[in-house]
Amino acid sequence: MLRSKDIVQRHPQNPAALLDAIRDVQEAFGHVPDEAVTGIAAHLKLSEAEVRGAASFYHFFSLTPRGAYAVYLNASITSWMAGRAAVAQAFEEEAGCRFGEVTADGLIGLFPTSCIGMSDQEPAAIINGVVFTRLTPVKARHLVLAMKAGKPIERMVSEWGDGANQSDLVRAMVSNNIRKRGSVIFGPFEPGSAVRKAVARRPEDVIAEVKRANLLGRGGAGFPTGLKWEFCRKEPSDLRYVLCNADEGEPGTFKDRVILTEIPQLLFEGMAVAGYAIGAREGLLYLRSEYAYIRRHLEAVLERMRQEGLLGPQVAGKKDFSFDIRIIMGAGAYICGEESALLESAEGRRGEPRNRPPFPVQTGYRNRPTAVNNVETLCTAARIVTYGAPWFLSMGTAKSSGTKLLSVSGDCERPGVYELEFGLTVQELLDIAGAKDAFAVQVGGPSGACISRQGFGRKIAFEDLPTGGSVMIFGPWRNLFEIVANFMDFFIEESCGWCSPCRIGNSLLKEKLEKILAGRGSIQDLRDLEAWGKNVRALSRCGLGQTSPNPILSTLQNFRELYEKAVGGRDGFVPDFDLTEATLEAARLTHRLPLLEETSHE
Amino acid sequence: MSEITITIDGRACKSPAGRTIFEVARTNGVYIPTLCNYKDLRPVGSCRVCTVRVAGRYMAACTQVAIDGMAVENTAPDLEDMRRSILEMLFVEGNHLCPSCEKSGNCELQALAYRYQIMVPRFPFQFPVRRVEAVAPKLLLEHNRCIQCLRCVRSIQTEDGRRIFVPQNRSRWRKIGVDPRLAAELTDEMALKAMEVCPVGSILRKGVGFAVPIGRRKFDKTPIGTDVAEGLPR
Repeated sequence: MLRSKDIVQRHPQNPAALLDAIRDVQEAFGHVPDEAVTGIAAHLKLSEAEVRGAASFYHFFSLTPRGAYAVYLNASITSWMAGRAAVAQAFEEEAGCRFGEVTADGLIGLFPTSCIGMSDQEPAAIINGVVFTRLTPVKARHLVLAMKAGKPIERMVSEWGDGANQSDLVRAMVSNNIRKRGSVIFGPFEPGSAVRKAVARRPEDVIAEVKRANLLGRGGAGFPTGLKWEFCRKEPSDLRYVLCNADEGEPGTFKDRVILTEIPQLLFEGMAVAGYAIGAREGLLYLRSEYAYIRRHLEAVLERMRQEGLLGPQVAGKKDFSFDIRIIMGAGAYICGEESALLESAEGRRGEPRNRPPFPVQTGYRNRPTAVNNVETLCTAARIVTYGAPWFLSMGTAKSSGTKLLSVSGDCERPGVYELEFGLTVQELLDIAGAKDAFAVQVGGPSGACISRQGFGRKIAFEDLPTGGSVMIFGPWRNLFEIVANFMDFFIEESCGWCSPCRIGNSLLKEKLEKILAGRGSIQDLRDLEAWGKNVRALSRCGLGQTSPNPILSTLQNFRELYEKAVGGRDGFVPDFDLTEATLEAARLTHRLPLLEETSHE
Repeated sequence: MSEITITIDGRACKSPAGRTIFEVARTNGVYIPTLCNYKDLRPVGSCRVCTVRVAGRYMAACTQVAIDGMAVENTAPDLEDMRRSILEMLFVEGNHLCPSCEKSGNCELQALAYRYQIMVPRFPFQFPVRRVEAVAPKLLLEHNRCIQCLRCVRSIQTEDGRRIFVPQNRSRWRKIGVDPRLAAELTDEMALKAMEVCPVGSILRKGVGFAVPIGRRKFDKTPIGTDVAEGLPR
């Protein structure tokens, strides 16, 4: 019998090992039992409260048992649109417990989870680390029956997806769905080409090339990559780091998953190029827990690159440049996509953002200058170094050069990954994806903007509609308010809770929205929604809180008429409960006439 | 060390470089409200009550370093209303029943509510169900009143650097957890310090209460902030 003590002892006696120790215990026992908390605290010289604090922060860690089979069924809007309700019901009925619970015998636990990066093949779930896509009620029942028969989870996967998903090291039923290959990310790639090109030049020249190409960060914020590298290089320090942010958690995005599955070497070469440029010896890939199933494949690619001399000492034969890459696992927290929260998490703590300044290029991983870059950004940088800035500048718009990977999901015929040049309009994208009668398009995920038909002529580019890559399409039969409510639930779930506007404000916004949905809203409520939303946006500490009111603010702006219809011209104070109904029971008991609602709004 | 000058609502304020806007304001006799900031503790920017506006951008005065030439807005009516909205949020988030609270009159949240003349919050009360924790022999943890300022987290540690108060969970479920084992070993001095750093009545020393009668407490006579600057917001 494996003891938690033995697992804990395997780790160095350093607080930085906290999340690794918790993860190992979680994997072995399905939760972090009390004795393991005590053991970890003693071993790492932390208080037990610190261990519990870290374990309770991440969605895939738990201090209480989650079941021998822990089912995490995606709760994002694309999952609901693809029939989540019936699948969830099938799981509940067959397992005999509700979502949020574990069966009495401890066999099966059912839990909702935020977007797992499978929006083009929903409803999807992760069960003990294994991904199941395109679930149906029938499939859900079969899965539960197999669990009850004690079948190993890996053997429940009967079909594999396309490309490297079929390889021995992945064996996942996930589909890549690459619909359009552009020339930057999905163009022909000769392994080793980027690294060799880079080390043949001076690091300063590599940075200059990336600057000339006007590469802007692909995560959505659009910070100039060359400038970031330059800041990092110029910061005096004995050590520097490249940290690749592979924690794509924005609902509706899944393009990094496809890069990691199909062309991980391009990414790793991009990291080596960045390392060479800034003067780093180590790169870290922070991989979201949802993509743990790709890890063995990634490790194998890293090992092969080491053998080929593309990583390790003297990369590509370059004296004085040694560089290697280590994978760090996430544990389920959208906020860790924020770069300073990512750093906290990478250092083994709760993923709560840091105060800035100082910025990561000054004080990043282990307080050293760190270039934090998105997966797609690093791949793009590798290509720029290979083919040069003029080639890159020939694509896209004047302000947004190159191509962008878009993860397209929702009501369209061809969901999947598209590599397209910047500058195409929303309508052009809808045509390519086969979305004939789109009514609303969410560009950039919940933290982005919800565009109505009037905005379909807008361009996908940093200067008009910036996006990290998430594009969700909604047909006219969808209820816009359900979508907005789902997005707000997402932010409520994923806020770290550090600052008061985000911790409290999002719940208040959601409550107000529900009041309107219940038919008890007024024009005053719309004014409140807008004012409160703007306050949360202005007052919050990090990007999460500063964008969390966007689902409401963006639809209030672009779909105003739906809100106005919902409040039906009522103004002033409308209570959020029905007075007559609320007092009915008391009236009955006391043999009085029920109170009549004065502000009748029918 | 070089000296910088910033303006706060048009008034020139001089300071050595490297100080936060909050520190510059305080040394120049300008009051910026705060709940989470506390002397000698590393600022965390959690309550956001000290939010100021610089060139149209909002920032927490406690964490933002003042840069020479900055024009800081501190008392613009819309900004003050935003701060008031944060105070109101904190009130509706927990269960704050001032008349029965041991900290009434010494409570900074209550004092700020008076200063900002809050009568009724604009937000609906959330009435959360929160347990009172009495596990520590010397302390009572009243989670109903906690505003997550992290002052206790930052100021109370063991000699070897382990934290006794630590945030647990996240988002609206986040709370400050106490380590029962380490809390049991708290000295009287540390227990008293924990209560003192708490801006509200969330950490209470067991065995004593109402040692100073209501009416003779810190904010009973003069509003919060008047020790820094005379005058009250409009």
